[in-house]
Amino acid sequence: MKPAPFKYIAVTSLEHALALKAEHGDDARFLAGGQSLIPAMNFRLARPAILIDINGIGALAGVTFNGTTRIGALTRYRALQRDPAFSRLVPLIGEALPHIAHPQIRNRGTIGGNLSHADPASELPAIALALRARFRVQAAKHERWMEASDFFTGALTTDLRSDEMLTEIDLPSQRSRTGSCFMEIARRRGDFAIVGVAAQVTLGDRNECTDVRLVFCGVGETPVDASPAAAILIGHAPTGENLRDVAASVRKMVEPAGNVHATADYQCHIAGILAERALQAANRRVRDGR
Amino acid sequence: MDDDRHDITLTVNGTPYTRRVESRLLLSDFLRHDLALAGTHVGCEHGVCGACTILLNGEPVRSCLMLAVQANNQKISTIEGLASKDGSYHPLQQAMHDHHGVQCGYCTPGILMTMSAFLHDNPSPNEDEVREALSGNLCRCTGYQNIVDAVMSAATQMRG
Repeated sequence: MKPAPFKYIAVTSLEHALALKAEHGDDARFLAGGQSLIPAMNFRLARPAILIDINGIGALAGVTFNGTTRIGALTRYRALQRDPAFSRLVPLIGEALPHIAHPQIRNRGTIGGNLSHADPASELPAIALALRARFRVQAAKHERWMEASDFFTGALTTDLRSDEMLTEIDLPSQRSRTGSCFMEIARRRGDFAIVGVAAQVTLGDRNECTDVRLVFCGVGETPVDASPAAAILIGHAPTGENLRDVAASVRKMVEPAGNVHATADYQCHIAGILAERALQAANRRVRDGR
Repeated sequence: MDDDRHDITLTVNGTPYTRRVESRLLLSDFLRHDLALAGTHVGCEHGVCGACTILLNGEPVRSCLMLAVQANNQKISTIEGLASKDGSYHPLQQAMHDHHGVQCGYCTPGILMTMSAFLHDNPSPNEDEVREALSGNLCRCTGYQNIVDAVMSAATQMRG
């Protein structure tokens, strides 16, 4: 239960961090909050030869609102929880934060670290897809922007190359008359979700659905975008029978593997129920003007 | 690989320390073995149980999920610093005693560090908030009720 030996390098600039990563590639890992990497190292599931501690790069932390919302990768969960303006502007993340682990973990864990770790049961990857987030990925000699939906390629696996770091998350501004809801079922508060769902609904003048996003965590190798299953709502009120139809097609669409806490059948069942409840709540929040 | 060692300077419970540490040394082990502050307990060593919770610049964190070298230039508080210098208990410690919130005691230091920071942020919590704040600390003896009672009572006491 102790990490294997490694060389530790604390950096204070992104340039230095990226230069080291370019030099050492997969032998090196970035250390941000360490709430997933250090346990993996304690178990020796991860044995990086070099650890590049990026906690000293102040420029990577913080949120800016300028048309869109930009979250620096090193921003900690706790910083977002303490920022009431953030939860007003991005209520979907605000609602999910209390579900993410425990206070002690949220004091250290970072948004970029969570997304780069790409745990399929984690809340934020699903939310990033639901919000149509774009990710800024930087390396020593290049940078690129990518859609959240292209970032997650498998369980604990992303499209990041060995010389790259996720540095920024860009959330497009919400259209008017948009409501959202995050829900999850877990064995205990703070545990990984058996199933979680991020839902977002936009309504037109007649309260008909004009846009819908529905993304699950915990039911596949990556976040599962079930928005196509909810697309039958477009042009209709997202209520009653329509929502039960969505739930039915969600159950056909998701293919969870089942685990020690829940069978695949149960996960399917819960996915349908959460879809119905979360879309209903999102709809109600628009109509109530919240 | 040769040992990778670094000089660190940090403050623990107000006392400055300078030590040379191997980079792979966990903060929890540094506190226990290098500084002989064994009140910080080590349970699961992967961030689940909360026994090793300490305060990093006033905020509760898992000391098993930090490297000692990362504590360079930081302020740490541990259970050894909770009681007054004259030995009188912190109101939380007294309340845990009064409400029988301690049985085997293994989880207690982590709970006290977590809850002292929580009451600092939220001096008038309700019971649900206390349970939420306590959710990252496992106790296998008490069933939590006595701990919740103790924290509620300490909050009243501390508000004066």
